[in-house]
Amino acid sequence: MQRNPQLNEKGELQHLLSIEGLPRAILLQILDTAESFVGVTEREVKKVPILRGKSVFNLFFEPSTRTRTTFEIAAKRLSADVINLNINASSQTKGESLLDTVANLSAMQADIFVVRHESSGAPFLIARHVKPHEHVINAGDGRHAHPTQGLLDLYTIRHYKKDFAALTVAIVGDILHSRVARSLIHGLTTLGVPEVRVIGPQTLLPTGVEALGVRVFHDMREGLKDCDVVVMLRLQNERMRGALLPSAQEYFKHYGLNADKLGLARRDAIVMHPGPMNRGVEIDSTVADGPHSVILPQVTFGIAVRMAVMSIVAGN
Amino acid sequence: MRLHIKNARIVDPASGKEGSGELFVADGRIAAEGGKADRVIDAKGLVLAPGFIDLSARLREPGHEYKATLESELDAAVAGGVTSLACPPDTDPALDEPGLVDMLRRRAKALSRARVFPVGALTVKLEGERLTEMGQLSDAGCVAFSQANAPLADAQVLWRALQYAATFGYAVWLRAEDADLAKGGVAHDGEVATRLGLPGIPAFAETIALGTILELVRATRARVHVCRLSTAGAVDLMRRAKQEGLPVTCDVGLHHVHLCDMDLGYFQSQCRLEPPLRSQRDRDALARGLAEGVIDCACSDHTPVDEDGKHLPFALAEPGATGLELLLPLTLKWGLAQRLSLAATLARITSEPARVLGIDAGRLVVGAPADLVLFDPRASVRITPAALKSQGKNTPFLGAELDGVVRLTLVEGNVVYEA
Repeated sequence: MQRNPQLNEKGELQHLLSIEGLPRAILLQILDTAESFVGVTEREVKKVPILRGKSVFNLFFEPSTRTRTTFEIAAKRLSADVINLNINASSQTKGESLLDTVANLSAMQADIFVVRHESSGAPFLIARHVKPHEHVINAGDGRHAHPTQGLLDLYTIRHYKKDFAALTVAIVGDILHSRVARSLIHGLTTLGVPEVRVIGPQTLLPTGVEALGVRVFHDMREGLKDCDVVVMLRLQNERMRGALLPSAQEYFKHYGLNADKLGLARRDAIVMHPGPMNRGVEIDSTVADGPHSVILPQVTFGIAVRMAVMSIVAGN
Repeated sequence: MRLHIKNARIVDPASGKEGSGELFVADGRIAAEGGKADRVIDAKGLVLAPGFIDLSARLREPGHEYKATLESELDAAVAGGVTSLACPPDTDPALDEPGLVDMLRRRAKALSRARVFPVGALTVKLEGERLTEMGQLSDAGCVAFSQANAPLADAQVLWRALQYAATFGYAVWLRAEDADLAKGGVAHDGEVATRLGLPGIPAFAETIALGTILELVRATRARVHVCRLSTAGAVDLMRRAKQEGLPVTCDVGLHHVHLCDMDLGYFQSQCRLEPPLRSQRDRDALARGLAEGVIDCACSDHTPVDEDGKHLPFALAEPGATGLELLLPLTLKWGLAQRLSLAATLARITSEPARVLGIDAGRLVVGAPADLVLFDPRASVRITPAALKSQGKNTPFLGAELDGVVRLTLVEGNVVYEA
């Protein structure tokens, strides 16, 4: 097996491609750095000069408003120049190749590439071909990974729960298609969470998911029992077409989070969601807007976490 | 030209005989004795064996000349000791017309390197709907009929095709993969694909399709060769089918004997293959099945892919790897791991594929065509793009150091490669 492509010779973070394979110390370094940036985001002048003179290219081969915007805000708060490029992946296959696009941007003196691509592994390919001083941050690749989302989830959990070693965390819904779930699972197991559960129907759980170190539940009521953290995943409408589910209504009946089911979790449980939410499909409004929900703080922490990641890779 | 090869370690896989000695070639055939030789070759330390026979080598002509040409790939073949090869019909246009087959054979013959045995398309344009003119294609030189990797989703078409082929005694070569179950998949459906977030192809996509094929063979008695087994389950099904006496044979690509899904590492597009690399358990079952003879032959599944085709995210990368020049080293490596004699090892790429093809080759007897290879089993080679003659430079074994170097290749008594 090759060396972990995310780390440089000194074992420091060169690129952020996946949480899998990152040592605990690096995860904690990112979370601690993010904590110091939360203060910045609350100041009146929300800027620090860490990336002054550096260029961040937001390279989005798959449409996204939310993630791209948070990366843009994070980069600007670090005083970087931000260039947004939305590249339609389907038109790309006919024209310039992925690596040609990157080579061209590299010639324009990029320092950080933030990459989202619909195909799993695309940021790894790019990271193999960029210059030594350039850094790649994965902003979501296919079903594979969404490491900054995973990190902001970890940050949120640590913020509210402190000790990872005493937690039971449940991730509910479409694990099969979810890069968010994969990244979070790797993060939780690396940080020593003793019980990570995944809850969903067989059609939405990937083959051999237990090998990631999780317990599988098909019955949501059973799976939520005594949980400290409940992470709800977005259910895409197209899942109803591929014979994965009969209907959104039936899905909500079995796997939608309402106040009744949430009552099975611990009294102080927190509810998270990577957004955007489908109210009434995977989560009831009373829960989404209720006292257990930390969905909006997640977004705020997300900016600090992305600032932390960019400042750390640029410093290595 | 008369040749006298002396001091060789002569291995005849067909008879299982091994021994040191000499061999004569006259008039393109293996001769009883020499008379005055035009050339005497001292083969001390080298193995003399029948030239290798590869059941699947894509030459990319017509239609994909930017990936490879007949010239480059037949150079690669003889450099790998391959003297006969079957090429699948997935060219552009597909080999579904006698004219195309005829042209391909003429072009290959004019290059006078390895012998080329075209496999014709089973259905027009490989679309899986209408049967090709198998009779005319057979007359033009097709040795069998196949869909290559194109799906044949309609089981009724498959049934009819086997009935028709059985009527005239044509061989049908099929890959066993259920098109619906494999839809969208790019990797073995298992823990590795789950971790990497790659859409999976379940192992039962192969066993279900193979079950259908075997049931149709039972009904039609068509002669079927199953290509590129990839699962332990398929090896079991083939074992039982042979015990039952069905007229079936099968092969495995050498990548699948040595590699598994773990080798995908961090999305190595070199490991994007069809069928996908499967689990360690499957790999081990394939290696054993090949040793036991349940799997008749090993092949290179040579598929030249250009750089642009591989410099893509895993799922978008073009499947396939170069293989002709790795056929010998990878076969030797497998034989060594299975503790087989050299004769038993080489049988999988000489006498056995000759039997599947129904050609007079792959054995060392007086009067047989002098398609021969001399190789050094102990010399090693580092696999690098520059070391490969094939225009396809992509293989999961790039950088690997492998034993087995071809020194001389003869086709019909003529030296076609010498190093």
